[in-house]
Amino acid sequence: MEKIPILKMGEFLLVTIQVDMHDRLAMALQDDLTRTISQTDARGVLIDISTLEIVDSFIGRMLSNIAAMSRVLDAETVVVGMQPAVAITLVELGLSLPGVRTALNVDAGMELLRASVSANKELYGSRIL
Amino acid sequence: MSEIQSNRNHKNLAGVFGRDSDKIVTEWLNEMSGSTRRGDLIRESDLRAECSRFLQLMKQATESDSVNFQSPAFDAVRDMLSEISRSRSQKGFKPSETATFVFSLKRPLFNAIQSQHRGDADAMAAEIWSLNELLDAMGLYTMEIFLKTREEVVRRQQEELLELSTPVVKLWDGILALPIIGTLDSARTQIVMESLLQAIVQTNSRVAIIDITGVPTVDTVVAQHLLKTVTAARLMGADCIISGVRPQIAQTIVHLGINLLDVTTKSTLASAFSVALQRLGISFVRETAKG
Repeated sequence: MEKIPILKMGEFLLVTIQVDMHDRLAMALQDDLTRTISQTDARGVLIDISTLEIVDSFIGRMLSNIAAMSRVLDAETVVVGMQPAVAITLVELGLSLPGVRTALNVDAGMELLRASVSANKELYGSRIL
Repeated sequence: MSEIQSNRNHKNLAGVFGRDSDKIVTEWLNEMSGSTRRGDLIRESDLRAECSRFLQLMKQATESDSVNFQSPAFDAVRDMLSEISRSRSQKGFKPSETATFVFSLKRPLFNAIQSQHRGDADAMAAEIWSLNELLDAMGLYTMEIFLKTREEVVRRQQEELLELSTPVVKLWDGILALPIIGTLDSARTQIVMESLLQAIVQTNSRVAIIDITGVPTVDTVVAQHLLKTVTAARLMGADCIISGVRPQIAQTIVHLGINLLDVTTKSTLASAFSVALQRLGISFVRETAKG
């Protein structure tokens, strides 16, 4: 079965979705990602969907869920590189993905993650490992 | 009506147009005078010349063996009518005033036929009938061309408006502006949204300013469309600022209970631009004059 790779980059996780998402793949990703976050103690998750061209309400909700779950596990989620057509579809479906942070590309997304993590560190002090 | 008789009628019609054409033109002009002649839009001498030329063409057309307006014999008449109709539509004549050009020809011609056929009621009736049919067909044709001209104008304007209405301009590296002019309906929103999102991807812009100075009114539908565009841009990772909110529009938005709390709104494009620069961490310093 296909699997979406989850790469660890420092204290962040990098997920690039490069195949057509179907529902089972999405569920598997959700499982894998939550497990990896808790295993690696990641502070942020970056999901790159720049090659994703088709979305439905299920995938939209899944993105939203992943963001919410990561937050519970103390990791920020940034979705980057959404295509115009995908954005329009999601809006028309009424899924505005509240609580999901977005960025134009991987660079901007990483910047966003670093900024928010360092802001958190300033607030709560650095996490004791 | 037998073939021979109808043929005779056509020849007679040609005779009617040929004889006393000056008198017919004068009567015709008298008919048209008053509200429908529009001395302000067309000169009397021009109108007279037009009338004479038209009668001349009618005479030539009826000299052939047909009174069917669609037949090739009437090509020249049709051309002239469409030319007249088109020019009047552009000059601002009313539809009825344009149609009267043809219909006011009825009385002079009927008079002419009457004086020609004194005593011969049957021939007169037949001739008047065929003339009547011909003039009606011409009147309808004139109206058709008139409307077609108007429709062409409307369609062209619509297309131009749509082309003009969605320019996405780059204000700075990473800042786009989208000035919207005119009412936002669903079809336009689609175009606006698509071109904005496309431009965001192409220019890699982090901030997009939607300027609604040129939007006359904002109702719930328009607000809905704006919010959709803002949300779609946010999903792609760009911030949207709505600028050019006039006091009246602000009042309407609040009265309608539209929630714009999640969206940054500014009253002018300038202040939106400075917010955008701030978000990108850019600042300007005025250079003091050295001296």
